[in-house]
Amino acid sequence: MPCDAISESLAAVVDGDARLDRADRRHVEQCLRCQAELAQYRKLLRVMQSLRADVATPPAGLLADVLAHLEVAGERSAVRAALTGRKVAYLGGIAAATAAAGAGAAIVLVTRGRKGRLPLAG
Amino acid sequence: MRYQRTGGAHLDQLVEDARQGNRHAFEELVRRTHADTFTLARRLVSNDEDARDVVQEAYLRAFRSIRRFRGDAQFSTWLYRITANCASTQLGKRRRHRHDELDEEAAVPDLDPDHDPAAMADATALRDRLEVAIAELPARLRAVVVLRDVYDLNHAEIADELGISESAAKVRLHRARRKLRTQVFPLPGEEGTDDTEEHARAV
Repeated sequence: MPCDAISESLAAVVDGDARLDRADRRHVEQCLRCQAELAQYRKLLRVMQSLRADVATPPAGLLADVLAHLEVAGERSAVRAALTGRKVAYLGGIAAATAAAGAGAAIVLVTRGRKGRLPLAG
Repeated sequence: MRYQRTGGAHLDQLVEDARQGNRHAFEELVRRTHADTFTLARRLVSNDEDARDVVQEAYLRAFRSIRRFRGDAQFSTWLYRITANCASTQLGKRRRHRHDELDEEAAVPDLDPDHDPAAMADATALRDRLEVAIAELPARLRAVVVLRDVYDLNHAEIADELGISESAAKVRLHRARRKLRTQVFPLPGEEGTDDTEEHARAV
């Protein structure tokens, strides 16, 4: 039965990873079973793509944990930079980020920016 | 059922600022992308705890290497690749610890599907079946099909991050698709039962 052999390739054929030769193509054009299978693969791919928009609710505390780890990593690299004299745009980039980050985020950044700058001004 | 989507506004500017070393810009990127990153991690590994570790590690790596991020790639793709690589490492650790569980584990991710129950009953039933079927795949097949068909990474990127050859990535992808198809679509003989079930849900 050619269907079984062709069936093996349909999972690759559906998005162009593989192509059927002329004889197999001709078979599929006449075979309802193979056509139905190919249609299922197409549907499968469509639903797979749509899953990307299904975003899970992250566990409580995950964001805070990630940010805390980053803070530690960031301080470490800032200290290293200070010791080696490498210039880091730690505060310098804030103005640009403020302009970019949208209203909610901008407030946070401006507040932080001021805190960071006051000692320098005084 | 809550749903979060990552906003696209000004993401490019945040990425640029983060590349310049602005930590606050990077933190904002984390805020905007962490739910998406967690979702990918959760689809790749078998439980919430491991997914948390993967997310942590992914952002640390991203933070350390964002200077080298080139603007010609999408930031989301770049982050998916790092996440995939971290998940692959995590799965490797698990494999060493709990050798035989890995390929058998049926981990159903706790995702909240976003749907309109009345209009989408049919499609939703299929999506639900698909999420379950994905979770039931062996980890090495699952990673490839999730990265290719859900997150749209190409074969080379997938092979790179999982540490396998491109041809192995393709073989796994097609095997995974075959398994998923037979899982989510009923065999001709079983169609009756399944239809009844879906109609019952739809009513």
